[in-house]
Amino acid sequence: MMTPALPGTATGCQSAPVLRERGQREVFCGLTGIIWLHRKVQDAFFLVVGSRTCAHLLQSAAGVMVFAEPRFATAIIEERDLAGLADCNDELDRVVDRLLTRRPDIRLLFLVGSCPSEVIKLDLARAAARLSVKHAGATKVLNYSGSGIETTFTEGEDACLAALVADLPADPSAAPALMIVGTLPDVVEDQFVRLFADLGIGPVHVLPARRADAMPAVGPNTRFLLAQPFLGDTARALEDRGAVRIDALFPFGAEGTTQWLHAAAQAFGVDEMHFRRTIAPGRERAKRAIAHSRAALAGKRVTFLPDSQLEVPLARFLATELGMQPVEVGTPYLHRRHLAQELALLPADTLISEGQDVDRQLDRVRAAKPDLTVCGLGLANPLEAEGLTTKWAIELVFSPIHGFDQAGDLAELFARPLRRRDVLRV
Amino acid sequence: MQLTVWTYEGPPHVGAMRIATAMEGVHYVLHAPQGDTYADLLFTMIERRAKRPPVTYTTFQARDLGTDTAQLFQTAVRDAYARFAPRAMLVGASCTAELIQDDPAGLIEAMDLPCPVVALELPSYQRKENWGAAETFYQLARKLAADAAPREAGAQPRANILGPTALGFRHRDDVVEITRLLATLGIAVNVIAPLGASPDDLARLGDADFNICLYPEIADTTCRWLERRFGHKTVRTVPIGYGATRDFIAEVAGLAGVDPAAVLATSNLPWWSRSVDSTYLTGKRVFIFGDATHAIAAARVARDELGFEVVGLGCYNREFARDVREAAARYGVEPLITDDYLEVEAAIQALQPELVLGTQMERHIAKRLRIPCAVISAPVHVQDFPARHSPQMGFEGANVLFDTWVHPLVMGLEEHLLTMFRDDFEFSDAAGASHLGHGAVPHAPVALAEPVADPIAEPVTVVPSGWSSEAERELLKIPFFVRGKARRNTERYATEQGITAITLETLYDAKAHYAR
Repeated sequence: MMTPALPGTATGCQSAPVLRERGQREVFCGLTGIIWLHRKVQDAFFLVVGSRTCAHLLQSAAGVMVFAEPRFATAIIEERDLAGLADCNDELDRVVDRLLTRRPDIRLLFLVGSCPSEVIKLDLARAAARLSVKHAGATKVLNYSGSGIETTFTEGEDACLAALVADLPADPSAAPALMIVGTLPDVVEDQFVRLFADLGIGPVHVLPARRADAMPAVGPNTRFLLAQPFLGDTARALEDRGAVRIDALFPFGAEGTTQWLHAAAQAFGVDEMHFRRTIAPGRERAKRAIAHSRAALAGKRVTFLPDSQLEVPLARFLATELGMQPVEVGTPYLHRRHLAQELALLPADTLISEGQDVDRQLDRVRAAKPDLTVCGLGLANPLEAEGLTTKWAIELVFSPIHGFDQAGDLAELFARPLRRRDVLRV
Repeated sequence: MQLTVWTYEGPPHVGAMRIATAMEGVHYVLHAPQGDTYADLLFTMIERRAKRPPVTYTTFQARDLGTDTAQLFQTAVRDAYARFAPRAMLVGASCTAELIQDDPAGLIEAMDLPCPVVALELPSYQRKENWGAAETFYQLARKLAADAAPREAGAQPRANILGPTALGFRHRDDVVEITRLLATLGIAVNVIAPLGASPDDLARLGDADFNICLYPEIADTTCRWLERRFGHKTVRTVPIGYGATRDFIAEVAGLAGVDPAAVLATSNLPWWSRSVDSTYLTGKRVFIFGDATHAIAAARVARDELGFEVVGLGCYNREFARDVREAAARYGVEPLITDDYLEVEAAIQALQPELVLGTQMERHIAKRLRIPCAVISAPVHVQDFPARHSPQMGFEGANVLFDTWVHPLVMGLEEHLLTMFRDDFEFSDAAGASHLGHGAVPHAPVALAEPVADPIAEPVTVVPSGWSSEAERELLKIPFFVRGKARRNTERYATEQGITAITLETLYDAKAHYAR
């Protein structure tokens, strides 16, 4: 089903050297994942145990402040906690009691570790176990770390889902089941679930589920498909429980989505003709929608600065389906095994970089002068002011971009800044 | 531990960033883990700054802890100096680095950099953003201010304008306004700082005759030190509003020995407020919350210059709580000193004001409660950096206050029409007031507004027990923007009179009782 790789790039970047850098990283920490996770699991609450900085980050990260009561909060560590005047565990119990009294609808509470809580070695795993017993029957308490000293941006979701996996019920059934892993917008998730039903694949579960009591079971007959490229620990945790990963491209664009679905179809023995027939309408729609942006993007050079680990699959989509030329594809962390097929499709002359030294990387961007630079919110306006056209990376995390029916929107996200540059006369 | 949903202020190192970013030629090396770089977007996105904040983050990771974080810090300082060639440097720790105790001050001393360096001690677990900004500005001034040059007798009077920063609420425009005002008075501006100032400018702070403490939250500490160091007098009137601007001019003119007559009475506010169209503003109940300086100034304008009734007054910065308490006493209201926005929401809900003057937090609270609102103070939002000139200070600032506070309100004649023709379908509750913008219309898609059914807080609404159905129906005929007040007044009247069942009679008795 796949379009053959570009001529002369049979192995693409699969074995290309990777530029590893160490320095200032212009990225969010893993706490930021709470912004979308707390919306996905509707009876879960995320309590960050951290500092005022953590709380300030959460309200600033989305670019706007969302002011109704969210299902997240920060237990801010204060001087008296550090000075030992207050016992941190007693304080945490008090805060959790207060929270659960006000929000009796919460069934799943995540205690989320932060840089300060890690440095003072506050044992949140033990606290979660203690609080789970205390609130047994009403609220389950889990923990993970979203700290900046350990996690970059989307690694927070990875840590959260890995914590969930440890708690999933065992699936004793002998029949294979499919699990889609990674937070997707509800509308996209529903599209995929419909497609798998049409293909005759089932049962299909998603992780995370929308409600705490609907989390899927896992076992040796679970076949899982990663919907996001940043779920290394979650995949390992699933494999530890016997589940088997289906290797595939990630579902971006007409080709990526086709190949992602196809990998599952093959694993579940779906007839090839039936597969083609079933996905044809969506695939055609995706191609038509993508075509609108092709003129604006074909031949244009694009650089990704490290942000969400979506960089490699998105660069592949832009290269193979829109004819863009990736210059540098930076990623905070390169998971070679999960990205093997993606890397093979990137043009061989693409510079892959992992980690960041932001000042040096910006020197490279200025020298290469790409037509489009995909970067974080802290860098976008300064680069625009220097004459470079940019795309905010965070929009790629906060918008529905997976699957056939979002492929056109995804292409449009990259095309719009270029179109805007062309229409403005100021 | 303190349970926090939204915060009015960031951590103190963000205050330091506001000083560094406001200035030219200063670079700040912050010992911090990855993720703390989020603060850059406050400046590049909210304020639309075209340059990255001059901040280098050391970006230590878990695996560095206990090994070479101090080394990492020194390398970052050396690289930052080589790349940016600043004329002064700030170094310090964010909340996490404070815990690992690498002692940036000691490390920097050992490095012997060829520029002045200020090592900041900003206790993250005790202090907040405004304090961090004030402390940073003060430490920079102390480090950089040189001896004052001798003044010739009879020279033109000179003033420093102190306090404007990056990410400040309308600081950019206030500075323009106040500079113009001083020029009209024949007073030269010696240094404006921190906004736009270089380390060399701070060296000249002593050359002024007096200081204008434009934003006490930022500049008070520095002004007090300049008083001691150079014997400067400080102008402490904050020129927000017509009356305050006149007082400010009088104070400045007195210190400079110039005639204030040239600049007095040049605002539209007095006439706009006295003209008959503004009669309907009389006694509008207004709730005010923000940083202490803006809140106190707003209360004076609200009562004395627009004829509102101040029903609530508060601030989120405890450092200035005493000033707010004194002001609240003048207006006969309970001061609300808190940085817990749930408390502020509860107060607004209980008081049912007709106008809220607050921060972006209160704007969202008001939007949900469908109360008109104008923003008067930081914390800021992208909308608080308008493309147009829009000061809060000086006479033009007074004009801006009149417009921005009055426009959200339902206008005089519209209010009458709404009352008279309650049943007109276009005046229905669902339609909302046209002035409140789309946010007030419940069926309009508000992308980021979350369902109200999601609150942490218990609903604070008064339970309408004891209302007869007839009285309830009559209450519904009262326009929504005064209905809350009518309900509250009726219930208070019923309680005072010992009435348990509220009837149609009670409703109108209460109306007569509270008639003004």
